[in-house]
Amino acid sequence: MKLDAVDREIIQQTQAGLPLVSKPYHAIAEKIGITAQEVIRRMTCMQEHGIIRRIAAIPNHYRLGYRFNGMTVWDVDDQYIDELGAKVGQLTFVSHCYHRPRHLPEWPYNLFAMVHSKTEQEIKIQIDVLSEMLGSYSRGHDVLYSTRILKKTGLRIKNYVSA
Amino acid sequence: MLSQLQKKLLNDFQQDFPLSPAPYADIAKTLGVSEQEVLSALQELKQLDFISRIGPVFPPNSLGNSMLVAMSVPEEQLQTVAEIINQFQEVNHNYHRENRFNLWFVLIGNNQNHLHAVISEIESETGFPAMRLPMIANYFINLGFELDWND
Repeated sequence: MKLDAVDREIIQQTQAGLPLVSKPYHAIAEKIGITAQEVIRRMTCMQEHGIIRRIAAIPNHYRLGYRFNGMTVWDVDDQYIDELGAKVGQLTFVSHCYHRPRHLPEWPYNLFAMVHSKTEQEIKIQIDVLSEMLGSYSRGHDVLYSTRILKKTGLRIKNYVSA
Repeated sequence: MLSQLQKKLLNDFQQDFPLSPAPYADIAKTLGVSEQEVLSALQELKQLDFISRIGPVFPPNSLGNSMLVAMSVPEEQLQTVAEIINQFQEVNHNYHRENRFNLWFVLIGNNQNHLHAVISEIESETGFPAMRLPMIANYFINLGFELDWND
């Protein structure tokens, strides 16, 4: 699907969130100068084509008590990584799971899985589950806990959406 | 604390927020409450920062390109270096993590070339090498996150 100027305008107008008014898509439509029906049609189309993954009320996990965020990193055989990654990505406590390059010798890890929990004890259990799932395919792992958020901004596509 | 309605609103609409003319009225109908109750509850959740936003979620690299970068910085210089990095508008978030690589940030931009150029600039301004970790594959299909209220 190729995005046109109106699609981009819709993305720009909705990326910071829909307004909390009775007819939010009408409010967006009015800003752009099209009908609400057109906004809904185009957003449906973008969702069908995977440009929009989902439309959601997005909880702030940190504020809800999920204070422990651990980036687990694993050194697994490249040959099996897609198969293993697909399994890990399905776990309910994993919020992101990616294959990224190693940087040897200082960084041997190629599979990244983010886990979240309310207690330190719980996060240890989650890591054990991952360890067991990866078994002997994992040649080593580490967990990087985040201690401080130094910057966090929402998605801002304004500067490159026209590309 | 949170009402039953607020808990349901947080838990049940992480995936299919309605794409309909009056979405809050539709949610209200599903939950058996009034539209005004839904709007007020969501308003409060937003004010309390329990909801970061209500809206579309874009998969990584669907609109632009992103890159994870890690740096190893002496703790006493961390704040200064973080401030330099945070000034770049391409830097979307920046975390301190307990590791030899203690600074982890994500850049978002037009394309990989642009991101590499920004990272080189960050390297020369901070004086520390950046470990570039672009995404090779994404294994996660996000269906929301089951919230646990037992505490």
